[in-house]
Amino acid sequence: MKHLTEYRDADLVENLLQQLRKVTTKPWNIMEVCGGQTHGLVKHGILEMLPDGITMIHGPGCPVCVTPVSHIDQAIELALEKNVILCSYGDMLRVPGSGISLLQARAKGADIRIMYSPLEAVTVARENPDREVVFFAVGFETTAPANALSVVQAKKAGLKNYSILSAHVLVPPAIEAIMLDEETRVNGFLAAGHVCTVMGLSEYYPLVETYKIPVVVTGFEPVDLLEGILMVVKQLEKGEYRLENQYKRVVWPDGNRQAVDLIHSVFEHRDREWRGIGSIPASGLFLRDEYRDYDAHVRFGPALASWASLAPSAETVECLSGDVMKGKIKPVECPHFGTACTPEHPVGAPMVSSEGACAAYYHFSSQNHYQEPK
Amino acid sequence: MTKNKPVVRFTCPMPQTDFDTITIGHGSGGKLTRRLLDTMVFPLLNNEWLAGQGDGAVLNLHGRMAVSTDSFVVSPVFFPGGDIGDLAINGTVNDLAMCGAQPDFISLSFILEEGLPITELWEILLSIRNACDAAGVRVITGDTKVVERGKGDKIFINTTGIGRVHHGAKLGEAMVRPGDKVIVSGPLARHGIAIMSIRKGLEFETQILSDTRPLHEICRSLLYGYGGGIRMFRDPTRGGVATVLHEIADKARLGIDLDEKHIPVEDEVAGACEMLGLDPMYVANEGLFITIVDDGLAADILGDLQRWEHGAGAAIIGTITENHPGTVILNSAIGGKRVLPLITGEQLPRIC
Repeated sequence: MKHLTEYRDADLVENLLQQLRKVTTKPWNIMEVCGGQTHGLVKHGILEMLPDGITMIHGPGCPVCVTPVSHIDQAIELALEKNVILCSYGDMLRVPGSGISLLQARAKGADIRIMYSPLEAVTVARENPDREVVFFAVGFETTAPANALSVVQAKKAGLKNYSILSAHVLVPPAIEAIMLDEETRVNGFLAAGHVCTVMGLSEYYPLVETYKIPVVVTGFEPVDLLEGILMVVKQLEKGEYRLENQYKRVVWPDGNRQAVDLIHSVFEHRDREWRGIGSIPASGLFLRDEYRDYDAHVRFGPALASWASLAPSAETVECLSGDVMKGKIKPVECPHFGTACTPEHPVGAPMVSSEGACAAYYHFSSQNHYQEPK
Repeated sequence: MTKNKPVVRFTCPMPQTDFDTITIGHGSGGKLTRRLLDTMVFPLLNNEWLAGQGDGAVLNLHGRMAVSTDSFVVSPVFFPGGDIGDLAINGTVNDLAMCGAQPDFISLSFILEEGLPITELWEILLSIRNACDAAGVRVITGDTKVVERGKGDKIFINTTGIGRVHHGAKLGEAMVRPGDKVIVSGPLARHGIAIMSIRKGLEFETQILSDTRPLHEICRSLLYGYGGGIRMFRDPTRGGVATVLHEIADKARLGIDLDEKHIPVEDEVAGACEMLGLDPMYVANEGLFITIVDDGLAADILGDLQRWEHGAGAAIIGTITENHPGTVILNSAIGGKRVLPLITGEQLPRIC
């Protein structure tokens, strides 16, 4: 398939691996920030092809993984107790809240619908004027423009029954939080290609300068990922730190100005709780005051029992997902991995989504499942 | 030599009825039920067994027989390339075919939702008739129930089929040996993507059609040609190819090594899967089968398969191995290697 197969070319991959083997003289820990990149690395079996010295650390860029338990509980309460039509992206459905998941709530009779776009939810609101429709607006900068647009459209159409439960998070503050952690082992970053497609590169220069660390904006296909890793390692081996753009065919330095303006006109930055990690300053997107009528927190907040618990997320068993997402431990080093915590009974969110580091390891990593006969 | 019968689709104008939607009375067993059957069902599907209109059909059977039952709840009921009617016949016909059987008889039970337009029921009945003709199977007994509006989803169908098993068929996981090859009869994931595209209102440059079709002839011809060289058949419907291969590895206590670059997926389907965040290995198929075959015969079997119209895309995608029993390993197209996992539940589309 055009625009895809050329980035999955076995010869190109081998060539990049050879270069990588040649330039790597020391062990390096590289974090791929985005869950889509984690998924690509495991899906194509790249982790096991890398030279021994290169360790990939799977970052916090899986939006469903970092959505606080309290938000999931709120979504469930809205759908189950308040007769709300709750619309959500698909992979949010299996993530456990403090009690049940949205999927289990749906089985109990809640009206929960999977959407590919929040604009579908606006249509649902238009078609059901007597029901409240809430879109569970989860995601990074990639989904923010469409979610913002849904609010703008709902306002323009005069809809009184549409709101969003915003759980939006931002990448640069998360990178900063990882670098500020004294125990961090990260030597370089693959920044998330699609986030930068929207936002451009400007936010990353200060990070590179402040923390003196290589950042390479990288795509998601095997050739992209390996080229990104190679670019980071080349910098590290020379003792350099720069922002580089591997994903030039998609990412423009200025990003998508229209989308950025839209995000800023609808949302503002505030501190935000990340599941497993804690609060990160100015890392969340919240609706501005002029759109408060479309904010599910404002609309339903006082009426919901689960709203009271905006405290840090409580996991049922001690989940070490924060340490995993900060790169302090590998998923297999967690005592619950594969025992108390499996995709069937996830303890923490990274075991749920296929982009979550723990689930990726559990599903794909052959070392945990079989051993070649000697 | 042609291995494909010309398809003549039976069409028939809808008979005059004095009702335009299904009502609760159509499931009462009384006059309305009788009128529904007499005007719509019997004229289309009649045969000596149905003509008796008894409580059941009496059959004379001997030899090895296969029986299979399946319920069909697809939504939407009409989709690109088919509808719930041909799906309900082909689904059970194919389950029999996977047992190495020639489907002979089939039962047909409807659970209709009050309010179903008669025109839609007629369309579905026509599809059933055509699918029965194509498979050479006869409807010999059936049932009709109606549930209140909101208690169903237009129409649910259950079919149970009976068929004679081919004398040369010795099929099952117990027959699978290390070194055997895994063959898939065509490109993956068409049915699931056809359904998803209409549910999500997605449009592609070329419409992706469901692959629903009967598979018994192609399977029997392989059994006829290769007998015990065919270890087993499976049709990868729900859960897709990955799920079926897992079951095979698990039951046979053997491993499977797959070669990603040989797994056939059409460009449109691959593109749709990328867009929807789905993996074609887990998407449903309706006119596809997997067969495990003797290594020495694999090339001949593949050649035979590819001479069928719907086998043109067939490919050898992997090998049975003693290593890693119970595990399916995918050798990725770029030279990597990973475990092909069994997914927990419904495949949920990803955000990124």
